[in-house]
Amino acid sequence: MRNNSYKGMIAAAAVVALTATGCTGQDKAESKPDKPALFKQGSEISYRKYGEDYPATKVKDVPGSCSYESISRKDYSGQTLKIISHAVPVIGEPTKLHARQFEEITGAKVEVVNVPFGELHQKILTPLQANQPAYDVMFYPSLWIGDMAPYLAPVPQEYLDTPGMKDVTKAYMDVATWNGQVVQYPVDGDRHYLKVRTDVLKDPKQQAAYKAATGKDLRTPKTWAEYQEVAKFFSGKDVDGDGKPNFGSAEVTKRDDLTFSAFISRAAPYVKNPDVKGGVFFDLDTMKPLINTPGFVRALDDMVKAKSTWAPGGANFGLGDEIFSFGGGQTLMSYSWDDAFIQAQQPDSRIRNKIEAAALPGSTEVYNRTTKAWDKKPNQAPYFTWGWTSAVSKASGHQKMAFDYLCFFSNEANTALDLTIGRFGVNPYRNAHFDAAFWEKQGWDKDVAKSYVQTLSGMEKSTNRVFDLRVPGVNQYMSALANGVAAALAGQKTPQQALDEAAREWAKITEQIGKDTVHDAYRNVVALEDYR
Amino acid sequence: MYGLRRHKSMFLLPGLLTLLLIIIFPLLFTIRVSFSGWNVSSPQMDFIAGANYATMLHDSRFWSSIMRLILLAGGTVLIQYVIGFGMALLVWRDVRGRRFWRVLFLVPMMTTPVVMAAIWQMIFHESLGPLNDLLGMLGLTKVAWLTESGPALVALMTVEVWQWTPFMFLLLLAGLLSLPKEPFMAAAIDGADVWRTFWKVTFPLMAPVSVAAVIIRLIEASKLSDSVYVLTSGGPGSSTETPGYYLYIQGLRDQQTGYSGAMSLTYLVLMIVTLTVVAALLTRALKLKGHS
Repeated sequence: MRNNSYKGMIAAAAVVALTATGCTGQDKAESKPDKPALFKQGSEISYRKYGEDYPATKVKDVPGSCSYESISRKDYSGQTLKIISHAVPVIGEPTKLHARQFEEITGAKVEVVNVPFGELHQKILTPLQANQPAYDVMFYPSLWIGDMAPYLAPVPQEYLDTPGMKDVTKAYMDVATWNGQVVQYPVDGDRHYLKVRTDVLKDPKQQAAYKAATGKDLRTPKTWAEYQEVAKFFSGKDVDGDGKPNFGSAEVTKRDDLTFSAFISRAAPYVKNPDVKGGVFFDLDTMKPLINTPGFVRALDDMVKAKSTWAPGGANFGLGDEIFSFGGGQTLMSYSWDDAFIQAQQPDSRIRNKIEAAALPGSTEVYNRTTKAWDKKPNQAPYFTWGWTSAVSKASGHQKMAFDYLCFFSNEANTALDLTIGRFGVNPYRNAHFDAAFWEKQGWDKDVAKSYVQTLSGMEKSTNRVFDLRVPGVNQYMSALANGVAAALAGQKTPQQALDEAAREWAKITEQIGKDTVHDAYRNVVALEDYR
Repeated sequence: MYGLRRHKSMFLLPGLLTLLLIIIFPLLFTIRVSFSGWNVSSPQMDFIAGANYATMLHDSRFWSSIMRLILLAGGTVLIQYVIGFGMALLVWRDVRGRRFWRVLFLVPMMTTPVVMAAIWQMIFHESLGPLNDLLGMLGLTKVAWLTESGPALVALMTVEVWQWTPFMFLLLLAGLLSLPKEPFMAAAIDGADVWRTFWKVTFPLMAPVSVAAVIIRLIEASKLSDSVYVLTSGGPGSSTETPGYYLYIQGLRDQQTGYSGAMSLTYLVLMIVTLTVVAALLTRALKLKGHS
């Protein structure tokens, strides 16, 4: 029973909100004839003129319709582009920087609103639901596609045909696609992988000590059990001689700060059985949540045990803490997005070129939800965890300018520079980014660069992968999951109790949203995971 | 005469309209929302009768957050009252540098709660914070201030007391400065010592101001959420969640608009009833004490 009068109320509320944010309505952009280019083909591009914070790195503008040369021919003077993005610096800083450049070379006025993560979903979705063109361009985590897709303008063919877009990896084109249409503009590629300090794990002295204590060889962990063993052995010892204790593992554990992603990383090898198709989060036939099945419970058990290996405060680590704990050399291992790795590789880092990237730890057995038994076999399951994306609102009156901005944002020159600035949160998403030589040019050692590109490209090749949930209401599902994880980590509930409660929450959310709606969306995720 | 009265009442209209617009309409709208399944993924406001209220009855997180708040608010307001009264008594009399002390005591209150919480977050930091450094220097074990349930509650209470004791001080000082001099002169003539004068004269005379100050602070404390957000984000687990923070999570972050509407209204009613009862009990208790 739906009451249309309330739609009016929602719209009225949105109009009030939009008035407050200075919405100017949806005047249609007028196309103007191209002007002479401000850049020559192949010009050298650097961000240095925008401040000392930017590296002096120079790259060549790559010819094409998204290049500095081509975009600078456009004349958008007198028009305003409205953009919403995450807070500075992660994705918010490159949004602002490229907005400034876009203004300079096209004459457009670009207004960027930066919003903290916790408010971004609501600030984007509310005007979209009210069909208000509050923003022309939106940057957001790609796993929200289930909520956003109905309101997004499909990426026009001319942009899909650009060389930069054609080079986007298959996984990230899939992430941008919804029901067969590309509705998100790829600007980033994120995955969880393992990072370790090689100056410790490959140090013969440490290897001998580890062998003596455990009877095992010290190596980059291949399973979560090994990860725990190594982390526990080194925790609390000053292994790098800086007078301060080191710790084994840095993980994102703060409930409202992406803990769900950390937990999925730990669960992936226990729940993604290559012999069982049909999704890891729900039973696709019944839409019954699977997050309290034995694989997930074991992963949460592992995570609770890992508490003893965390640095002080590790039980409330947000992503920033994890980045600086590993990147700063306090912790010897961590797993999450690229940021901690890139942080460790910054020129002023004391552990620069003393690290290694590797696939997420796996398991020696994997739960089979069909037979309801553990299959004894080594298993690994890379986790493609969301990543930032961008899109243009269907309600925007400036779609051409909006897509030109995104095309410019992600052109080859800009992306090459953005990849090297850790705080930007822009990570490899094109095949060209898996070239070790590019990273060696940034001062990375050959082995570090090789481990990095091999780990990332290896994930692309895997056929046993886990993706994010990507269904309408994904934030509610992930919030309920994070609540369960947090309750277990805090000792308020056992892992089984905590996940049982989370599963009950999930069932309720599915009822609220509509079983069919969630089912239809989840099929898209399962198709990615089953590699169809 | 009637015309003049009607003319005068016209001046009330802007106020009434404003009240209607910013209080009555949102309240009625919230009541309607609380009976709906409105959330971000289902933006239609379907009528679902009392389902949200039924869910709330079994929501242990909501009820624990209320119990926790009673502990936090009751404990901190009591401490604030005792310390604030002491500080007010200190500068009530002619002490040296009275003006300086008055301004200094008010500084914490003038700081934005979020900034205050951020500063305390650094102080409580487990490995880098000065508080644990101090404990270490004293040979004591370091405390996981923000990542263990018990210490996290203590940390929250400390920040509340630090920030809002000056408010209590300000109100109680204003009360002390407005007291008549005669009862104190009479007490002095009777030879009453400082302690007796306090219990028999100062404290009873301050009863009305004390009740007002405590109630105002309890009302404020019932909205506690900003320092929770900064210091602990409700963690570890949900062990420091207050109703205000839980409502923020449900209503704004998870956008369970209907459900958070039901919880908001329930919480509002509970607070009105509780504070009315507390105010009545306090007034009665302090009056009785005044007559003894």
